[in-house]
Amino acid sequence: MQGQVSTAAAVLEGRDLAALRGERLIFANLDFTVSAGELLKLVGRNGAGKSTLMRMIAGLVTPFAGQISWHGSPVRDDPDGFCADMIYAGHQDGLKTALSAAENLDLFARLRGIRSQPADQALAAFGIADLADLPVRYMSAGQRRRVSLARLLVAPASLWLLDEPLTALDTSAIEQLGSVVDAHRDGGGMVIAATHADLPGSPGKVLEIVPPDPFEDDAEPSA
Amino acid sequence: MSRTFLMLIRRDLLLAHRQGGGSLLAIAFFVLVVSLFPLGVGPAPEMLERIAAGTIWVAALLSVLLSLDRMFQADLEDGSLDQLALLPIPLALVVLAKTIAHWLTTGLPLTLTAPLLGLLMQLSPDAYGALVAGMLLGTPILSLIGAIGAALTVGVRRGGVLLTLIVTPLYIPILIFGVSAVEAAAQGFAISAHMLFLSALLSGTIVIAPIAAAWSLKLALD
Repeated sequence: MQGQVSTAAAVLEGRDLAALRGERLIFANLDFTVSAGELLKLVGRNGAGKSTLMRMIAGLVTPFAGQISWHGSPVRDDPDGFCADMIYAGHQDGLKTALSAAENLDLFARLRGIRSQPADQALAAFGIADLADLPVRYMSAGQRRRVSLARLLVAPASLWLLDEPLTALDTSAIEQLGSVVDAHRDGGGMVIAATHADLPGSPGKVLEIVPPDPFEDDAEPSA
Repeated sequence: MSRTFLMLIRRDLLLAHRQGGGSLLAIAFFVLVVSLFPLGVGPAPEMLERIAAGTIWVAALLSVLLSLDRMFQADLEDGSLDQLALLPIPLALVVLAKTIAHWLTTGLPLTLTAPLLGLLMQLSPDAYGALVAGMLLGTPILSLIGAIGAALTVGVRRGGVLLTLIVTPLYIPILIFGVSAVEAAAQGFAISAHMLFLSALLSGTIVIAPIAAAWSLKLALD
């Protein structure tokens, strides 16, 4: 099975990517592929450009060089079609604190136009069904993170981009995220996660982002 | 696409309603500023009648300016601007939807309040139609041009002053046509030329402003 996955046709492919921040080249000549059902874990020390690569894949940051393809054609040719099949969970929650958890999820699903699961079910998958009607303003950081991850379940998308998804999560929530990710991959979904800690569930590919400057290359990536 | 567009407008209206006070504050500011003038220049009706149109229009313009800086900033701070930018519709349409919501929560209430302030300022009875019609055409332009300024300054801390400096000069044509329409009507002249100019400005900005603002937002997100 493992061998089949790696030889399967790549759905998402990044080739020769480079990111420039200010005057500094953060990474260069970066290649990756993700096929159906795969998990790609981005590792690298702080400032290596994990979040930048994540935002680049999402289409928020324009690559300084290189190209990202989705189903064989460049994303920039049809950004809306790509966006419709992708959910980006950034390290900011993107929740409206004046609205309740369920309202935030409903809004997300309605804006995207298709709903895959009711908000209650999505919240239950992350163990916070009882908080559905609580305004996000009154929630803790971990609870907000759970609500923001529950968005993955209310609207269908085959690609999930998770930037530091484990921040502020307790062990039970991490387990729940692991099983949600596994279920998504079993259905042929793809996940790219930037995280230092290990995501529970079946392991995936690892992409280490290293700085392009050889003089900075000697440090170990932080665990 | 049109469902997403309408949903975006509903979203911003819901948020304005929940966060409370958005349009109430703008109206309160509008009423307070205009009511300072009879106190400041004295209650003589001839004097008030002469400055009525200018006072009401300038106060409306300032109220819109006050409400602009949070237009995109709140969404940038909590990360929901990322999510809006990643919706499967062009960002310019997202901007247009947010601008319409902004007009519905500021420009429209201001327009509806303006006749009351006309009473306070001894506005000539013939001029009410021109005042309301001018503001109906003019305030959407204020929101649209304001969206460009708000998008340009979205990443700037305490960008409110900078926003005012960018946007105010661009508001001058609307002020001129809006005020002169009221004055023309008060003196019994036709106002169709002023209305046509305002309509032309509106037709231009409704196309250009969302695209320009979307480009500035993309730079802020990059």
